[in-house]
Amino acid sequence: MQVSVYRYNPDVDEVPEMRTSALELPEGKDLMVLDVLELLKIEDPTLSYRRSCREGVCGSDGINMNGKNGLACITPVSQVAKRGKLVLRPLPGLPVIRDLVVDMSQFYRQYEKVDPFLQNDSPPPAQERLQSPEERAKLDGLYECILCACCSTACPSFWWNPDKFIGPAGLLQAYRFLADSRDTATAERLAKLDDPFSVFRCRGIMNCVSVCPKGLNPTRAIGKIRSLLLQQGT
Amino acid sequence: MDYFCTHRARCRCSGGVVVVTNVTSLTRSGLADFVVQRVSAVIIGLYALCVFGFFLANPNMSHGDLVGYFGSTTMQLFSTVTVLATVGHAWIGMWTIGTDYIQLHYFGEHATAFRFLYQSGCLLVLFVYAAWALPLFWGQ
Repeated sequence: MQVSVYRYNPDVDEVPEMRTSALELPEGKDLMVLDVLELLKIEDPTLSYRRSCREGVCGSDGINMNGKNGLACITPVSQVAKRGKLVLRPLPGLPVIRDLVVDMSQFYRQYEKVDPFLQNDSPPPAQERLQSPEERAKLDGLYECILCACCSTACPSFWWNPDKFIGPAGLLQAYRFLADSRDTATAERLAKLDDPFSVFRCRGIMNCVSVCPKGLNPTRAIGKIRSLLLQQGT
Repeated sequence: MDYFCTHRARCRCSGGVVVVTNVTSLTRSGLADFVVQRVSAVIIGLYALCVFGFFLANPNMSHGDLVGYFGSTTMQLFSTVTVLATVGHAWIGMWTIGTDYIQLHYFGEHATAFRFLYQSGCLLVLFVYAAWALPLFWGQ
């Protein structure tokens, strides 16, 4: 297997480079891309990347594999390698700290903008705030996001205006709280989103849906936010 | 909050602050722009259906038929509304393209000047289009 990896150490390198090496993968096993990175790191301990749970739960190892974003730990090599070649790059559109490690500050700033916490101005009941099973079901497909940033960094609108367009991950979370029957800040949340950039920069190309490792659908959530804005505005 | 460039290579902004604002947006509201764009698209589509329907229904039409059709008050009003809808629709689309692509990353420190020129050019073209079309419909 020929593995080509983006290498860049800003302290030493003037420009980034793609470093290619041949790797013998064990026969009869379909390794995950993270396993390939681990093998590479044995050969070259200076290779940097993030990883933690290695089972698609923590969202640390989002990278770009042969042009498509995904989690290295749950992506089999056979699924992404083409003609025996694997090309690994950092998530696009975010500054590189080193090799495959990106600075996610901008991504988190957009997440912060949607106030990703429950807001309720009524006095709290003695026990928890209850929901009917139907109300709870509305949160399915929304709360599962692990903030790996695969979707937002696959979105051209986020590449062009990352300071203004919230991005699919942030908007999925925005709708998660708009759809929550226990949240009472709907009007305030929607007022924050009614500008030409925050929501309406989404052109509906669905790159986010195509790359989400959890199988979520941010485009649908964005459509529902638009419907809520329309209902409120008319 | 200021945003600093994240592009990795061949970027001309040298890590500068990206300044794209919504000052020149048609309505400055994402929802209003969205509604204007959809409604204007429906108007343009209906107008196209009417005009092509007329052409199809009258294969042997004469110049007099055409003048009569477009000279009716209904079509004069419909044509005027369609031209204005096209201007609004085009401005929203072109503004979106400009604020996506004409940025520091590609145009360096002159990005704002380039965007101003681009938007002025778009406005001029749309103004000429409306100024040419409207008197045509009203027989001036």
